[in-house]
Amino acid sequence: MDSPLTIIVVEADRQRALEIVDAIRASGDHRVQVLGDGAGLARRVAEIQPHLVLIDVANPSRDMLEELTLASRPTERAVAMFVDRSDPGLTRAAIEAGVSAYVVDGLRAERIRPVLDAAIARFHMVSRMRSELAATKAALEERKVIDRAKGFVMRAKGLSEEQAYALMRKTAMDQGKKLLDVAHAIVVAAEVLK
Amino acid sequence: MTVTLRLGYIPLVDAAPLIVAREFGFAKEEGVSFDLVRASGWSMLRDLLDFGQVDAAHMLSVMPVARALGLGGGSQALEALMVLSLNGQIFGLSPQIPAVPFGDPYAAARALADLPGPLRIGVPFPFSMQAELLAYWLERAASSAKVDIRTVPPSRMAETMQAGEIDGFCVGEPWGSHAVEQAGARLVLPGSAIWSQAPEKVLAVRAGWASENPAVAGKVMRALWRAARWIEMPGNRGTLAEVLSRPAYLDVPAELVDRTLSHRLLISALGPEMHVPQFQSFHHGVANFPWRSQAAWIGERLAKRFAMDANLAASKARAVFRSDIYRDHISEMGEVLPRASDRAEGALEREEAMPATHGSLILARNRFFDGQIFDPVFAEG
Repeated sequence: MDSPLTIIVVEADRQRALEIVDAIRASGDHRVQVLGDGAGLARRVAEIQPHLVLIDVANPSRDMLEELTLASRPTERAVAMFVDRSDPGLTRAAIEAGVSAYVVDGLRAERIRPVLDAAIARFHMVSRMRSELAATKAALEERKVIDRAKGFVMRAKGLSEEQAYALMRKTAMDQGKKLLDVAHAIVVAAEVLK
Repeated sequence: MTVTLRLGYIPLVDAAPLIVAREFGFAKEEGVSFDLVRASGWSMLRDLLDFGQVDAAHMLSVMPVARALGLGGGSQALEALMVLSLNGQIFGLSPQIPAVPFGDPYAAARALADLPGPLRIGVPFPFSMQAELLAYWLERAASSAKVDIRTVPPSRMAETMQAGEIDGFCVGEPWGSHAVEQAGARLVLPGSAIWSQAPEKVLAVRAGWASENPAVAGKVMRALWRAARWIEMPGNRGTLAEVLSRPAYLDVPAELVDRTLSHRLLISALGPEMHVPQFQSFHHGVANFPWRSQAAWIGERLAKRFAMDANLAASKARAVFRSDIYRDHISEMGEVLPRASDRAEGALEREEAMPATHGSLILARNRFFDGQIFDPVFAEG
């Protein structure tokens, strides 16, 4: 029986961290510890000497972990960026899901795989929810800008809503621009001319 | 048909060529469209490039060379197609450290050597010009100074210093000036005072990409080259500062960016403001040419740090800076190019003209603070 792995999850968002920890625990009997991404991250990771560190690809604190990969003293357990060169598919899947992993040199791939698979699945779900939320927000913002521009065109040119919208679309097409860009320009102009 | 390219960048003033090429139509003129992907740190950007999520990236000049030497994470070979900027680094200290005179490498080094130490200095990445310039300067001017180099993401220098985790930093703008504003840091030495022509950022791609997609690579390079020229045209600075400072790009006050672009640095919260010649170059003085000698310098420095064979490292490094590809695509615009792809780094006391492929070129002042000349071709013994 393999001894349990010590795993660090770097995640400042408490709820998200708990979800990831759950997913990892379900994949095996591991010691999981959560760290925020504050200034002393590299130092604390070095103290805990984990087998595996999981961190969001986009977390800027990753760069601090990078220097641990260069530590060569035997007392500082070398943590290598997880690019298991025998399994680029797994690495790619991890990167695409938005999780990056730092693994102690020499840890066997089959020990990491279940943990990473679980983390990838969880990160996928979180990032999908995030991007859906972002897309909804962006669409709402676009809608607002277009409505404001339309309102201005209606008042300035005495057009109906439909006519104003058609005019904006035609302008966008004639100029090879996006409708949103034309709307932005109108709103800016409207502010200046107000 | 317009080809859309995904280009990765880190929010820094020197991401300007990518942002300008997109915002001011230089990409469009070449028939390409740039989709700019902002990364939060260098490891992320490297992964995005390695795994094909971006086609090319604004990258620390040392990163692709380190990769060629097998240092750091990842194994995908990278190439630098052009230099996007020179210098722009600034070394500064926490207000807790006694004040050190500005701009004098020897005086600053003496002051550091007198501190009890060890002094913890943040740099943006283990493989960065910031780390290399610091090491070069300290070993030659203050070999007794006790310094401990740490990695801190650029945008977090100020808060990390405030948290007492570092005593100083060497970082690209606007993050040094930001640390002055946010954390009362005192600026001590611009990177240009250590080496006036240090290649800071390059356009990095996966090895082979530019040869497999020559038409697209040429378009990208020419668009960035034109953007770099535009950046240094008089009269464009205010507009540029405004665009770079937008929330989608750097998200800092335009005034901070404008100061950097005009080579003025507010060296502490109370001033004064100092003018630093050659603080940062985007185009002037053949700045965009990827000199093989620049790569060789980086290779030799890394070899020294990681105890590797210097000659082997320099020769691997040289192959990373693709001056051949640069010549192919930039000469197409009728541009004058240097005849050789190497030069003696550190050998120009002042701006000088030199004969080029046709006509002549102006090379900028190129000096190391200690007068060293790095000549990889005519090396002694």
